[in-house]
Amino acid sequence: MSNNQKSNIQRRDFLKFTGLSATAFILGIPSVKSGEPALISNLSNLEDAFNLNPYVLIEKTGKITLFNTKPEMGQGTFQSIPALIAEELELSPGQYTVQQTGGEKRFGPLQFSGGSYSVRSSYQELRKVGASAREMLLTAAARQWNVLESECYAQDAKIFHRTSGKSLGYGDLVETASKLEAPQNPRLKDPADFKMLGKSVQRADVPLKVSGRAVFGIDVEVPGMVYASVERCPVFGGALKGFDKKLTLKVAGVEQVVEVVREYGTYKSTGVAVVANNYWAALKGRKVLKVEWDLKGNEKFNSNDYAQQLRELAKTEGLVDHASGDFDKVYAETGQKLEALYETPFVSHSPLEAMNCTAHWKDEKTLEVWVSTQVPGDAMETLRGRYGLKEENVTIYTCFNGGGFGRRLALDFILEATDLAKTIKKPVKILWTREDDTQQGPFRPLTFSALKGALSSDGKLVAFQHKVISPTVSAFLEPERDKSKPDGTMTEGISSQAYEIPHLKNLFVLADVHFPLGYWRAVTSTTLAFAHECFIDELAHQAGKDPLQFRMDMLTKDSDTRRVLEKLREVSHWDTPLPKGRGRGIAQWDFFAGLAGHVVEVSKTSENAVKIDKVYVVIDLGTVVNPDNVKSQVEGAVVMGITAATKNGITFANGKVEQSNFHDNPILRMSEMPQVEVHILAEGGEKIKGVGEPGLPPVAPALANAIFAATGKRIRKLPFDPEAL
Amino acid sequence: MAKYTLSINGQKVQVEAEPDTPMLWVIRDYVGLKGTKFGCGMALCGACTIHLDGQPIRACQTPISSIKRKNEITTIEGISADIDHVVQRAWIEEQAPQCGYCQSGQIMSAVALLKAIPKPTDADIDTYMSGNLCRCGTYNRIRKAIHRAAAALQTESNK
Ligand code: FES
Ligand code: FES
Repeated sequence: MSNNQKSNIQRRDFLKFTGLSATAFILGIPSVKSGEPALISNLSNLEDAFNLNPYVLIEKTGKITLFNTKPEMGQGTFQSIPALIAEELELSPGQYTVQQTGGEKRFGPLQFSGGSYSVRSSYQELRKVGASAREMLLTAAARQWNVLESECYAQDAKIFHRTSGKSLGYGDLVETASKLEAPQNPRLKDPADFKMLGKSVQRADVPLKVSGRAVFGIDVEVPGMVYASVERCPVFGGALKGFDKKLTLKVAGVEQVVEVVREYGTYKSTGVAVVANNYWAALKGRKVLKVEWDLKGNEKFNSNDYAQQLRELAKTEGLVDHASGDFDKVYAETGQKLEALYETPFVSHSPLEAMNCTAHWKDEKTLEVWVSTQVPGDAMETLRGRYGLKEENVTIYTCFNGGGFGRRLALDFILEATDLAKTIKKPVKILWTREDDTQQGPFRPLTFSALKGALSSDGKLVAFQHKVISPTVSAFLEPERDKSKPDGTMTEGISSQAYEIPHLKNLFVLADVHFPLGYWRAVTSTTLAFAHECFIDELAHQAGKDPLQFRMDMLTKDSDTRRVLEKLREVSHWDTPLPKGRGRGIAQWDFFAGLAGHVVEVSKTSENAVKIDKVYVVIDLGTVVNPDNVKSQVEGAVVMGITAATKNGITFANGKVEQSNFHDNPILRMSEMPQVEVHILAEGGEKIKGVGEPGLPPVAPALANAIFAATGKRIRKLPFDPEAL
Repeated sequence: MAKYTLSINGQKVQVEAEPDTPMLWVIRDYVGLKGTKFGCGMALCGACTIHLDGQPIRACQTPISSIKRKNEITTIEGISADIDHVVQRAWIEEQAPQCGYCQSGQIMSAVALLKAIPKPTDADIDTYMSGNLCRCGTYNRIRKAIHRAAAALQTESNK
């Protein structure tokens, strides 16, 4: 059994190409001769394998491998991305295997999963990649048969001659085809002929994931490997003073105790790694390690004071993010106005696979890394630069990610492992504990929102202001950012909102932060949408209007948001009143990742408690690749949104994070699940929007608005407990 | 260090380990079966769920010294050789997993649930499955998959 597991992992070695030129493949179309056979070590039969372009490898035996540049973290890119190639190459799901890329230059600069960007950024280009390969195979067949190409067609990994009915498999044609010039502008299929795209095709990773066979970073073993657990300063900003390793070294299995630095952008802190021949020994050794920290005053930091600081900052003017009309004048002159302050917390990513990385220096200049990462491209660049290595001397094996949510955009846990492996001169796997994962960040930034709105006498919203008060992700990742300007990543969505409001003025106030913050699924939109869309609801209520209609009245006819709300009105039976004690709320959000709208239904279970009954979602996509997978993503986003709205955030006392594991940093459970119903708007055409994130931002505001409808209680702070309002 | 003879998925395995080593690490790093996952280390998430004589337990809280020679341990790798257990098939039909990391534990809990209650209600599923966390939020699909597997079992037993 274990041998199978191990050989599976070693099979990944077949990524090692050496014969292909490293010319960049901008937009995925090969710009070099693709004729050389791929020279692959370890698997001898691959001597008979040929690339038609970097993404398509065909063996003479007929085995076809497609390369996927978008790491799979649950969002379905293991299916959706190669399917773009396979569709045009006329392959059915069972006719190819998928290989994850590891940041190799020939796969271009977009080797990452993030920003709900994967399908959007690949849709045209990867179809061209597949179509180009198909045309090469067609040409090869036509020449071999001495017939016109127009008499041939591709189907099910074969080229057929229409009149004679004869056929050749791709494996029979690949050697000849690989010597042809790759067409740069191949003919793409008519979407009406798609067999996979737009269909709910089953994902090839699912059988692996129901049988324990999927290889995540944590599952990797390298001969001679040791394990490490790292004690890091519990107070951000503290520094290592010294440590006593006597007791640790007495733990059976512990080999050594050494310093290792964690780097997150410009945030650096030295920790102490306990290295052992098994992980349990490393944990036990870490428990008895005595470490002295210089906390440098950071132990005074706590969440209550920080919140108070932000409330004070909310009173300052701030930087103008967007202004149109004359907000100040109109707001001052209008009779009916409303003001509110909304507050949200820091939250953790908590992917179920805790951070880990296995690093092996084969010699001083040759590095191998096995890791669950969203950013193999960035990791490759960074590792090469950091250690001054040649491209061919760094190999990254991108494993299945046991959840990402933005946490695995960061390289901190990778660099920690490659540095440690260099120090101890052994292959090593660093595995974070759940406590490390919960307490060490990076966290999603919190935002406070100070909102103002003025209504005309007939209840129209005429002046609106959303002032964001927050620290920024850029604090350690982009310290060179010009602080005299608002940080657009912290105001996303609010200034580009679809509502037509004549007088708008959105502002940004920067707050300090001394610990790592990071991108989190839908990032700031998850907190800003809460404030924005709840406040819109407050204004609708003030104006005495139906919250959905109030929004519709501010949307132009051709607005995508309008179409989403119209669909929501229909599918959620918005116009059918609910019985007393029940309520529904609506919210929508349009931002860099895409657009969705939600209706949440709740029912009162007592004076101060509600139960979440049902969530209706409409997501606007334009073009959809795998509808079932989109639904799965949106269902997941709803769960993550409810968790973020109703469970603990990350809080600090005496400089330390107060939460540590799932008992005090809980996530939603099976028993707490509402029904979720997802509808996709996909009329086809040029437009194509993101999937992974848009399902999240409207959750909290739609829920809070539903609670208001059911109970009359207005919620302006996250998280809140629906059972103790 | 002590020597243990374990029976895992019907095979006898010799392991030399410290007595307090949790079965989670024994199974993963000594025996080399990686399907059982580490999620929390504190019996809070269910990612490490295995069966001890058919009963679901959390491997992260089970020291090797507590395992008796006669105990039979089943891990995700042991429930079928060809990914064709009725629960696995239902999981595939519903396309339940996202990242997949929690799913070994979910399936081990579901297999035990269906053994205890062949036709579980939603409330049974809530009770039995609420110790298995899924950060990706696949709960509704898991619920459907359990109902689907229960129905398939029913049909099989009626044959
Ligand atoms: S790892 Fe055992 S319950 Fe979480
Ligand atoms: S599928 Fe990712 S944690 Fe459950």
